[in-house]
Amino acid sequence: MADKRAKLRKLTGRDKAVLTAMAGIPALLTTALIWVPALGSIVLSFSKWNGIGGFDQIQWIGGKNYYNITHGYPPFGPAWHHNLIWFAVFVLVPVPLGLYLATQLDKRIAASRIYQNIFFLPVVLSLALVGFMVELIYAPEQGLINNLTGHTKPGNLVDWIGNPHLNLFAVLTLAVWRQTGYVMILWLAGLKAVDPALREAAALDGANEWQTFRRVVLPALRPVTIVVTVITVVETLRAFDIVYVVNRGKNGLELLSTLITDNIVGEAIRVGFGSALASILLVVSVLVIVPYLIVTFRKED
Amino acid sequence: MRILGVRPARLSLHAFLILTSLVWLVPVVWALYTALRPFADTAKHGYVSFGGSYDVKNFTDAWSQADMMHFFLNTFVITVPALVITLFFASMAAFVIARFRWRYNVALLVLFTAGNLLPQQAIITPLFRIYTTIKVPNWMSDSGELYDSTLGLILIHVAFQTGFCVFVMSNYMKTIPGEISEAAVVDGASVFRQYWQLTLPLCRPVLAALATLEFTWIYNDFYWATALISTGDKRPITAALANLQGEFFVNNNLVAAGSLLVAVPTLIVFFALQRHFIAGLTLGSSKG
Amino acid sequence: MTSAQNSPYAQGVSRRSLFRGAVGLAGVSALGIPALSACSSSSSKSSGSTGGNAGAATGTVTIGSNGSDQVPKKAFADLFAAADTATGLKTTVNTVDHNTFQQNISTYLQGTPDDIFTWFAGYRMQFFAQQGLLHDVNDVWDKIGGNFSDAIKAQSKGLDGKYYFVPDYYYPWGLFYSKSAWAAKGYTAPTTWDDFITLCKKMKSDGLSPVALGEQDGWPAMGTFDYINMRTNGYQFHIELMQGKQAWTDPKVKATFDHWTELLGYTSPGANGRKWQDAVAMVMNGQAGMCVHGLDQAGPQFQAAGKSDDLDFFAFPSIDPANGQDAVEAPIDGWMMSKKPKNHDGAVKLLEWLGTTEAQNTYLASSPNDVAAANNPDTSKYNALQKKSIQFVSSAKQISQFMDRDANPTFVSTVMIPALQKFIGDPSSIGSALSDIESQKKTIYAS
Repeated sequence: MADKRAKLRKLTGRDKAVLTAMAGIPALLTTALIWVPALGSIVLSFSKWNGIGGFDQIQWIGGKNYYNITHGYPPFGPAWHHNLIWFAVFVLVPVPLGLYLATQLDKRIAASRIYQNIFFLPVVLSLALVGFMVELIYAPEQGLINNLTGHTKPGNLVDWIGNPHLNLFAVLTLAVWRQTGYVMILWLAGLKAVDPALREAAALDGANEWQTFRRVVLPALRPVTIVVTVITVVETLRAFDIVYVVNRGKNGLELLSTLITDNIVGEAIRVGFGSALASILLVVSVLVIVPYLIVTFRKED
Repeated sequence: MRILGVRPARLSLHAFLILTSLVWLVPVVWALYTALRPFADTAKHGYVSFGGSYDVKNFTDAWSQADMMHFFLNTFVITVPALVITLFFASMAAFVIARFRWRYNVALLVLFTAGNLLPQQAIITPLFRIYTTIKVPNWMSDSGELYDSTLGLILIHVAFQTGFCVFVMSNYMKTIPGEISEAAVVDGASVFRQYWQLTLPLCRPVLAALATLEFTWIYNDFYWATALISTGDKRPITAALANLQGEFFVNNNLVAAGSLLVAVPTLIVFFALQRHFIAGLTLGSSKG
Repeated sequence: MTSAQNSPYAQGVSRRSLFRGAVGLAGVSALGIPALSACSSSSSKSSGSTGGNAGAATGTVTIGSNGSDQVPKKAFADLFAAADTATGLKTTVNTVDHNTFQQNISTYLQGTPDDIFTWFAGYRMQFFAQQGLLHDVNDVWDKIGGNFSDAIKAQSKGLDGKYYFVPDYYYPWGLFYSKSAWAAKGYTAPTTWDDFITLCKKMKSDGLSPVALGEQDGWPAMGTFDYINMRTNGYQFHIELMQGKQAWTDPKVKATFDHWTELLGYTSPGANGRKWQDAVAMVMNGQAGMCVHGLDQAGPQFQAAGKSDDLDFFAFPSIDPANGQDAVEAPIDGWMMSKKPKNHDGAVKLLEWLGTTEAQNTYLASSPNDVAAANNPDTSKYNALQKKSIQFVSSAKQISQFMDRDANPTFVSTVMIPALQKFIGDPSSIGSALSDIESQKKTIYAS
């Protein structure tokens, strides 16, 4: 693969200054408003503080928060478990389904734009509405599913949201509903990078649709595949809002992000404890993402 | 084997798409149906019931009770600048990362991408301190600080979203053939011209896709808006929806109506930008 | 849009920069807070001396309100229109939805808070007083003290004995039911646990869910816990348990859960997946017999369905005769003053007026599910339930607030909500859960 990127030494001094500014200004903003607070959270994870008053109110207690998280915080284990399930479902459903929909809708088929609008619709809905939809669909007496299947009586009622063995999957169904449209958009934009001439050539060679897809489309989608992979990881780690609007991430819906929020946002908060949870999440996700980024980046060089 | 001139494969594809679309639409249609009914009817007969009256009163009530026009304006003033700056910053940084080989490439990519890994709540405590410490001239922020100001809200959106966009765009830019900029270098074009006139136009599909997604997210954000703004009237449209909900009692039919109204602008944006990533322009065909 | 020209922040900025200039603290406002809390006693003395000027105070007073939905918003608008006339002050209301207000109260008070704002009595008020984020309102109470009962006075003080809270209204918790449904079946309100269980059995055989519960949001079941615990172990034990002074591993707590386990046999299944509004709807529509709730929840739901006249309630039955039905759960909402109000004298004057029966009647004219906290309210405009509430609460020997108001909020949201939901899903789990609760309580309360 030929090196596509220009080398810096060909550039003039002015060009170098422009390039530095082009990358530097966004980097500076991200550093100041995301990384500085993130590092601040790591520092605070060694403290006991309720978030009120000056920094001299902070007590430094070493690694005690980490000890308490791992030794006396029952939801911590389940939260990891739920995040892993979340990841597995996001890899297995929205990623392939979004790709399938995108490749089909990329063909010149009738009403393609209408289909796209429908699949994208869940992405734009506000959380207030999604929370209400959970009730409309899953409520024990009032919900659509139990009414359609005749499970609304005390004896045979299916408790979709209250049963800790069911509710994660009930909520994940809606999460997948939203995630698929999102992933579909990314695949759709990526399919524009596939040279139609290559497809035609493959078709002339007698390749069928699946073979063309395997040999021509998928390799061309490699950069998008990286994007979708990282997004799936990110959306899993940050998964929060649907669960929070349903029951604030309790009773079988614990996720790492809801535990962080429980401890950091609100009254009489324990910032140190919540920051320790956030730091664990940050370190683990950096350990997952950074090697992946470096490996994929090196491969392309 | 064609039926009415359509191949069977196409027919089954349409059957699949129609079926999937219907499943996709059920929650939305059911919410819309509920929004058209008065609360008293659904409270008495349940949500899964028919009959009673149907009207748009919930929509007009939501519009006026939540003072939506005011909050739509707030949202516009926040979302448009945040979106434009995010895409501008991200495309510049992605251009540098994707098109030039220098020592900091991987470091920059990690800085931008990994910045997306944390939930918003994880950084709020230090961020709040930064926002109340940084003083801003009054013409930029009527609170005198980044806290409780539109400027502060725009900045955090830009900072929080740029990383994601850099990551996505740098990956797309790598698919653009390098010969284009090599030719430009031979022409003696400055790097900014290579970025602005040669690379960006080729990025239209991804820019359109990102603009759609970013508009949706910034527009629907509720967390930054509530954590960093303390004045009720400065908050965006998502807050107007929250205003319809009481301490305990919530008229969900009203909230559903309001939510559906609030979803309209994002759908319009999607519709307007859609053609840029589905039809016409392809990177492959511009090769050569 | 209208608020843009009377926006309080322009003044806020100048007032703040004035303050910073005066004490040379520019740019380090965050660091100024502990210093201020350290000298809060002296500042309250000086406020006491300025309190005399409140009668002549003028200017704008800003108010932080959490009443964003239709009914409270109108009630507040009426209230402050009347306040402007009565006090000669100019009031500006900053409205934020209830949930956000609550979530961000800590940063709100450390950022640019309004002069006075809505809040709750109980630990949740005392906590912020203790953190030095509130200005005491002793001078207000010099004027309004005669308007309130001793029980309510006690709920308005911080742990340092100073007043930080001006009560506005309260609402009682009890067992709510549909009058027509009960009349049709001939049910009568029980006063003892045994009668209560007998009634539940009767309802079950009549094909009803005796007790409806919607616990999806995590808080509604706390009312049931509070009542069973107060009836079983008495008010004093309950409050000390809430304050972290009693152990959750105490057999008395287990006794409370044992009673509750018995009641869960008559509680609608699927509670953890039901919204409280759907539980109240079950009562309203005759699918369930009753529910433990507050008038602020059951009232608006019946009202919105046009069935206000059909709602009634009774006191939670007694369990241990020693405790009888003495304690009543009646959360009080009211006003507090932020630590550095821009217009202190104006805020005092406004609070003095807000603490009058007249002001509280004005508010309640458009909010019929609460009762004025002040003595001798004008009950001529009260509906039957409001009249009953007054009688109900004034006959109480003790008033509790609610678990999430009497206890540490972090403890409640991170420990008690999961524990209660788990108990409701599987009552047998409580035995081992209590030691978990106790050890987490120790971590959170220790300071």
